[in-house]
Amino acid sequence: MAGAEFKTPELSEFIEVPKLVEGTMEHITCFVAKPDHQEALGFPGEKVENWKEVAIDKMGDLLSRHRSFQVFMDACVKCGACTDKCHYFLGTQDPKNMPVGRQDLLRKVYRRYFTFAGKYFPKLVGAADLTEEIIDDWYSYFHQCSQCRRCSVFCPYGIDTAEISMAAREILDTIGVGQKYCNEIIGKVHKIGNNLGLPGPAIENTLEGLEEDVYEETEVAVKYPLDVKGADILLVTPSADFFAEPHVDGLIGYGKVFHEAGVSWTLSTTASEAGNFGMFIGSYENMRRVSLRIRQAALELGVKRIVFGECGHAWRIAYSFLNTLAGPFDFLDPDYPVPQHICEYTLNEIEKGTLELDKSENDEMSITFHDSCNVARASRMGDKPGGQFEIPRKVIKAVVNNYHDMEWDTIHERTYCCGGGGGILTDDLMEVRVKGAKPRMSAFKNVMEEKGVTHLAAICAICKSQFTKVFPYYGMDMFQIVSVHQLVSNAIVMNRKTPPEEAPGYGEDDDEE
Amino acid sequence: MSSVYALLFILATLVLVLGLARKIVQYAKTPAPLKIPTTPAPVTRSGVVMRLFREVVLFESLFKSTKWTWVFSWMFHMGLFLVLARHVRYFIDPVWLPIELIQPFGKYAAFAMIAGLAGLLIRRIFVDRIRYISSPSDYLWLLLLIVIGMSGATMTFVIHTDVVAVKQFFTGFWTLSGGNLPMDPILLVHLTLVAVLMLLLPFSKLLHIPGVFFSPTRNQVDNPREKRHLVEWARKLED
Repeated sequence: MAGAEFKTPELSEFIEVPKLVEGTMEHITCFVAKPDHQEALGFPGEKVENWKEVAIDKMGDLLSRHRSFQVFMDACVKCGACTDKCHYFLGTQDPKNMPVGRQDLLRKVYRRYFTFAGKYFPKLVGAADLTEEIIDDWYSYFHQCSQCRRCSVFCPYGIDTAEISMAAREILDTIGVGQKYCNEIIGKVHKIGNNLGLPGPAIENTLEGLEEDVYEETEVAVKYPLDVKGADILLVTPSADFFAEPHVDGLIGYGKVFHEAGVSWTLSTTASEAGNFGMFIGSYENMRRVSLRIRQAALELGVKRIVFGECGHAWRIAYSFLNTLAGPFDFLDPDYPVPQHICEYTLNEIEKGTLELDKSENDEMSITFHDSCNVARASRMGDKPGGQFEIPRKVIKAVVNNYHDMEWDTIHERTYCCGGGGGILTDDLMEVRVKGAKPRMSAFKNVMEEKGVTHLAAICAICKSQFTKVFPYYGMDMFQIVSVHQLVSNAIVMNRKTPPEEAPGYGEDDDEE
Repeated sequence: MSSVYALLFILATLVLVLGLARKIVQYAKTPAPLKIPTTPAPVTRSGVVMRLFREVVLFESLFKSTKWTWVFSWMFHMGLFLVLARHVRYFIDPVWLPIELIQPFGKYAAFAMIAGLAGLLIRRIFVDRIRYISSPSDYLWLLLLIVIGMSGATMTFVIHTDVVAVKQFFTGFWTLSGGNLPMDPILLVHLTLVAVLMLLLPFSKLLHIPGVFFSPTRNQVDNPREKRHLVEWARKLED
């Protein structure tokens, strides 16, 4: 529970596979959703009387609607290939944090109620009746999975624990035992339009503030437009970009790129959130409802293109699911992919020669790049497989002089999660977050010591927030995490000067402050 | 006694074929509502065929994961494949040329198979992580396969059975013309355990055999922006 004492793991030179210690994380339990959080999403407010029947029925329903879940429940041979691949296991030693250990919490119940062997020979195949204790285990351990898919890279059958933890969370929601963090946030999106519950005027205010800041710094009136009808590009970005550090520096960067490219663009109050926690709880219906806001905004504003800001899981949903959930996007300009990632957009401008970049502006930093899980293993950029690794690195290398990758087995498709993805980024799970960050912290520390790297660049709002919080636990500085477009923002030379009357506050009397 | 075995193998074959068919139909009919290939993933259908080929024949993902498990399981599976291919000669007459050609390899492949299985068993017993995730059935499968392999290899290399009679039994079986099985204990153990394996396969973790072909993280094309993917139950939400 929140505030509990725990020990930050010691970092070692190599990421070692630890000995098993059972039960090290069984005390973990995050806050349960309140009735109104639950009901806003169409789930029962409190744990239902006949939870056992409801849970088994829901499992059957999911098995019949998701091939992944059905195949993954059957196909595991317990080969152990995944057992040392999860950052939460590596950081906690708890065997229920091994991917297969986590899956088996659900699989043993599947076998008991849905398979011949489990019905008649439960002991032989490790099947178990669904009990209160198993529900508690589900609630604890399926909220210690960041759905990062690292296990699915190494599984000979491609079994993806993310799919299984999504199913588990949906079953828990269906019996009335949801997680407060995710469900409260999804409710805010349904009601207000973004995860933080920022109403339109607050966003407008923030953007005006940004315009003033950027003008002060560059003497160029870069616009951060909101709800502009007829703009070419709708930018959908995580709401953390509106105020959190270093996220907002990324948003400043997007605006500068659009300004120099000379395109018209806009943000939207309706779609003021790129994130979509509907995925974390495995709810197709909620994920679809959140995604439809983006379609609605694009239609209302009459834009031609949709570009997504820096956010990992948002990019998975945007790239892999948006067309399914909220398509078809036949009303947009067919010359551009729908949607585009801001890194795809920026790299294209760099390659066209639209942007003048002064790398030396970033010379006080030496950068490494953290591949965010959902970008690395659940999406793509560009038109070739692996573009999701190349494109952000090309953008970074175009704006910095000092760049070094971390160890090969901790980047690209083998990247380690920041420890805070998948609905874990809440203070009541701080112990999980800190311990789960261990492998990434080790790799980062090594590249700091060996190559003199000073900063970690990321393209994910969750990673950025997570690193800001966990760096200090490992003796690092919270400002060592930067946005990729923050680096772009530093390097970009503002050549498109603007007339004075476009300056923020021009003609107002009280613009002195 | 021969007719008991004949019945056993008819039953085992039916259970194996129908049981597997039932699961394959289930997998094929269950929709995959979202595009979830583990990326980087192929962007074309033929790329996916290649990915599955590498997965099924070379165990690509397992190779990335742990070299020891890969070595043992690849030895076991490829050994088993050759051994099974060699066994085709007991069911057809005349024997096809490719089956003739692999005969010497098929014989010695039994050792690779047994060694691989032994390695996997040792790993399961001694690596704490693997031991933790193992149920009794996980050990029993390995033991079953080891005994099948050892009994078969014993007949090939040590105490020969009357293979001509065995072949007559199974080819006769094919044409319903009967034939007598030699009553060698090793042969009977071998055949009984093979029948057990066939009977249990469709109800066990051996469903990884069809499963790997239906795994959405491996068999989907990475083209969600280009092509809208929508399954029937999801389409209904749009009405």
